[in-house]
Amino acid sequence: MITKSHEDVTFDIINYLILTVFLLAVLYPLYFVAIASFSDPNMVNAGKVWLIPQGITFEGYQRILDDPQIWIGYRNSLFYTVFGTALNVVLTLTAAYALSRKDLDGRNIVMAMLVFTMLFGGGLIPRYLVVKNLKMLDTVWAMLIPNAVGVWNIIICRTFFQSTIPDEMLDAAMMDGCSSSRFFIRIVLPLSSALIAVMILFYGVSHWNAFFDALIFLRNQKLYPLQLILREILIENEVELQMMEDAETVAAQQRIAETIKYGVIMVASIPMLILYPFLQKYFVKGVMIGAIKG
Amino acid sequence: MRGVKEATLEIHFKKQYRLKRWKRMKGNYELYLFLLPTVVYFLIFHYGPMYGIQIAFKNFIAVEGIWGSPWVGIDHFQRFFNSFQFWTLLRNTLGLSVYGLAAGFPIPIILALLLNQLSSKKYKKIVQTVTYAPHFISTVVLVGTMFVFLSPRNGLVNHIIELFGGEPVFFMARPEWFQTLYVFSGIWQNAGWGTIIYLASLSGISPDLHEAAIMDGAGRIQRIWHIDLPGIMPTAVIILILNLGRIMGVGFEKAYLMQTALNLDSSEIIATYVYKVGLLNAQFSFSAAVGLFNAVVNLILLVSVNKIAKTIGETSLW
Repeated sequence: MITKSHEDVTFDIINYLILTVFLLAVLYPLYFVAIASFSDPNMVNAGKVWLIPQGITFEGYQRILDDPQIWIGYRNSLFYTVFGTALNVVLTLTAAYALSRKDLDGRNIVMAMLVFTMLFGGGLIPRYLVVKNLKMLDTVWAMLIPNAVGVWNIIICRTFFQSTIPDEMLDAAMMDGCSSSRFFIRIVLPLSSALIAVMILFYGVSHWNAFFDALIFLRNQKLYPLQLILREILIENEVELQMMEDAETVAAQQRIAETIKYGVIMVASIPMLILYPFLQKYFVKGVMIGAIKG
Repeated sequence: MRGVKEATLEIHFKKQYRLKRWKRMKGNYELYLFLLPTVVYFLIFHYGPMYGIQIAFKNFIAVEGIWGSPWVGIDHFQRFFNSFQFWTLLRNTLGLSVYGLAAGFPIPIILALLLNQLSSKKYKKIVQTVTYAPHFISTVVLVGTMFVFLSPRNGLVNHIIELFGGEPVFFMARPEWFQTLYVFSGIWQNAGWGTIIYLASLSGISPDLHEAAIMDGAGRIQRIWHIDLPGIMPTAVIILILNLGRIMGVGFEKAYLMQTALNLDSSEIIATYVYKVGLLNAQFSFSAAVGLFNAVVNLILLVSVNKIAKTIGETSLW
């Protein structure tokens, strides 16, 4: 390599500078929530916490963990995420595999039928009426069935199968009398572990973060996913009374309400924060597979 | 004579072809079983609502059902177009979308070009890991964090403003702040994630091009401008088309969560209006009409933008 020119050095400095500013702009809010969640609420509210936690206390977390609503939300979200994702992944992989087979008559019609729903839909009210007519309102089914498959994910999987499973492999297996389902289970799935991981992650995150369907389909608080409970605490300021029944004054209640918020943000994000570093490469891979077709 | 012979042959081949296809379809019955649940799901949950769209042209009465409710023609559409909210809703929806696109589209491209120039692979990795992370934060948590940070009395942002001697601002109650907060929180959350696709297409650019350019004495900025940027152009155009096609489809979730009684002037968009009028006030038919208007405009936009892209450049979605 030739020695760096004057222009190159200037460019490098500016480049590092811009990206570092961007990095800090993304990082600081996350960091602040983390330190505020176990700092003394009075210090946080007075604006004395900037870089280092002040007056460390776990009072906020204690109150959150004692709150039954949060636990119900956690349990429900976990349930919806596990079963919803399982359903999603099974349907997506089987449908995508069938659609990837060139010898399947009518696959273009089915594909067109799926893709059209990406361009046009019935809208909120007709969708609500369908779920209502199926008597799914206010049941766990409303959290699982109306989002059983995503078109975009089918396209990703189909592209993956078409580009990684050679036709010769299928021909050879067929010659030996192997059925399609057997071929799918014994050959295709083992070759697609990265894809399956990507699908579990995409669907899993969307279930964990979903709140819209719960908002329109559920009335019963016992069925609420975590996101709806978070909304009540963070946005509608409806902190559960149990969390602060011992607080005597309004000021004390307000103080607690504010501290709890930082802790609640942490508690809600912790599963993702723990898993994210391990899963990052799969997410990126998923975007890449999707981009092939583009 | 020849004509008849050809015709019989044709019929014969057609028959044989049909027979072969039938045999092939029977042999593939398992694949059809694979498809069955998904097709049924789409028929019920996607084409079912499309059937239900007819209530936009009817007065929906629950006991009569979708089919039995009486037709009213385009009454609901007329009512919507003539309502005082129509222009506000349209302006808010389009404004939010265009602002989001103008600010949100170029930033990932610039970031990707800069990241691609980083000499330290380790630092690149750190920036990527950190800036991808917010993508996985839920909308509820994101908006909740905004409320906490922007609180007029206790929020971080107002503490900073006060530190510099400014007056605290109650951001979430100010209509003039709504769009900016919406757009920039979106950039904070997704700009890093948005670079992935551009970085992938940058890595596909042949290093020969860069070597040749260096030989010719091209500097870094020149190479970004003349090699990298044209290299990712097709990807950028596709993303732009996709975004333009969604310009009327501003998502419900974030706008609804960011709404307060005081910022409604700019935060009420078509999606939130449909939800409130339809589900909270139970005006099913009127709300379905508003939703249909939105969906049709969206579809027309997507198709025409794609057509324009096809005419101007070679890139298009289909």
